[in-house]
Amino acid sequence: MSAFAFENRIWDEAETTPRDRLGKLQARRLRELVARVAEVPFYKEALARAKVKPGDIKGPDDIRRLPFTAKEDLRQHYPLGFLAVPRSQVARFHGSSGTTGKPTFVAYTADDLELWANLCARFLVAGGLRPEHTVQIAFGYGLFTGGFGLHYGVEKVGASVVPAAAGNTPRQLMLMQDLQADVLVCTPSYALNIAEVARQQGIDPRTLPLKFAHFGAEPWTEDMRKQIEAELDLIASNNYGLSEVIGPGVSGECAARNGMHISEDHFLAECVHPDTLEPVARGEQGELVFTTLTKQAMPLIRYRTRDIASLDSSPCPCGRTGARMSWVLGRTDDMLIIRGVNVFPSQIEEALLRVEGTAPHYLIEVDRPGAMDEVTVHVEVRPESFSDKMSQMQVLRDRIDREIQAVTGIRANVQLVEPQSLERSVGKAKRVVDHRREKGLI
Amino acid sequence: MKLNQLSVFLENKPGRLSHPCKALAEAGINLLTLSLADTQQFGILRLIVRDWEKARDVLTQAGCVVRVTEVVAIEVADRPGGLEEVLKVIEAEGVNIEYMYAFTFRSHDRAVLVFRFDAPDAAIKTLQAKGVNVLQDVELYKLVEQ
Repeated sequence: MSAFAFENRIWDEAETTPRDRLGKLQARRLRELVARVAEVPFYKEALARAKVKPGDIKGPDDIRRLPFTAKEDLRQHYPLGFLAVPRSQVARFHGSSGTTGKPTFVAYTADDLELWANLCARFLVAGGLRPEHTVQIAFGYGLFTGGFGLHYGVEKVGASVVPAAAGNTPRQLMLMQDLQADVLVCTPSYALNIAEVARQQGIDPRTLPLKFAHFGAEPWTEDMRKQIEAELDLIASNNYGLSEVIGPGVSGECAARNGMHISEDHFLAECVHPDTLEPVARGEQGELVFTTLTKQAMPLIRYRTRDIASLDSSPCPCGRTGARMSWVLGRTDDMLIIRGVNVFPSQIEEALLRVEGTAPHYLIEVDRPGAMDEVTVHVEVRPESFSDKMSQMQVLRDRIDREIQAVTGIRANVQLVEPQSLERSVGKAKRVVDHRREKGLI
Repeated sequence: MKLNQLSVFLENKPGRLSHPCKALAEAGINLLTLSLADTQQFGILRLIVRDWEKARDVLTQAGCVVRVTEVVAIEVADRPGGLEEVLKVIEAEGVNIEYMYAFTFRSHDRAVLVFRFDAPDAAIKTLQAKGVNVLQDVELYKLVEQ
């Protein structure tokens, strides 16, 4: 049996650079980066405080002498305090969604845009995209990096683009069928929505022309992939990025499906403990930190992503040498500490996906009525899981209970609720209500 | 011989029962009988109506999770020991009852009970062989509408 889920093809020779040469390239680029940000006020001050000069950078490990950059630093230098080139060289602006307060702007020079398209082409080809494909992009086009990033990546590969943009699912289905789009680009949860709306319209989602999909922009799980692949009969690949680093194109899965290869020639990756900021042991989970080695307009040093994952730089059968990051387990700011145990909403989702007919609508409620933390997971009942027998419903509840305990290690009260009773949102779903916060207990 | 019963999932909080009942009332659907099973957490409302397909659609439209199951209506004598006679037969034959409830009407000296069996077809055969009166749906509707 082949080690690959589909044909392995490599877009860019640089993806196979031997790791020793990659290290030297990173060191050289890091030195140039430190010189390049010398006039950015935040870095000027931070580098002076750390007493680091470009010449001090001898190897990639010297990254540890450099200061971190946090989202909060970008906010404090709103809107363009991190710009490292004259304003006239900026070709485009994008921005983060800004769920809390103002957005964070990022800027690209013409060279940055060229690099970005190439990095997107890397993961698209790794995930099965070929020039003969037609790609429907159901990401928002606008400040959000998803739409434009993928758009130019697909064009770079030479495939056709249907820039459907986000929303209006019946129209997405029409475009997909009439233009025979065989590749879908969107968030994984939106793909499930497409399947659901197709079924409502009497269309078997498996008969849609889709063969491949490239999903990103939100955390998901291997179990969710299985569900999407089964419901839509396609091959789904995972990719990762964030606007501050470049947008989509930081990393993506290959046909061997054992993690997402980071384009380490452009992004120096670290995995640190979110509290101590010390590197975690090899292969352990920690917060991902990226340094943009080659970006011109708004380079960042040791940017803390708040995403929790692990890194693996062992050889991959596909031939790419870039270290592979695991699926993102959660975000440091989503992480709940329940009776001393770290729990991520994504783990609850994973547990629910193991029980047929429960996901994807749930709400996690945390409280501390006395001395102990208590967790209640509200789960909507779906027709497939509903029985007229009380005993069956108790069995369902017990199964959810057991799966949550198996995945997270904590006991939760499982509350079955009526369908449609949990809040739906267009963007990021509200998954957690933490009463301990309102009470000032955490 | 079998009736189609509708079951609706309910959260155990004030006002939840009236939601499906209101939807059915607005659609002009009359409830022949109902039973409510509940735990501290949630409940299951079980309904018998004449036009179950329409009722199912109305409830689904109203956002309820609905399940259709086959149940069996059995006539017993409406006097002390009437139910016990039938239960004796059921037990003796080793037929398993999931749950049961009564129709709200009475006519003459008879009462009608709804039984949920695991294997309704086998149960009907066994009960009829022992002389238990299993009602046809038409007979039942006639009784209700007397």
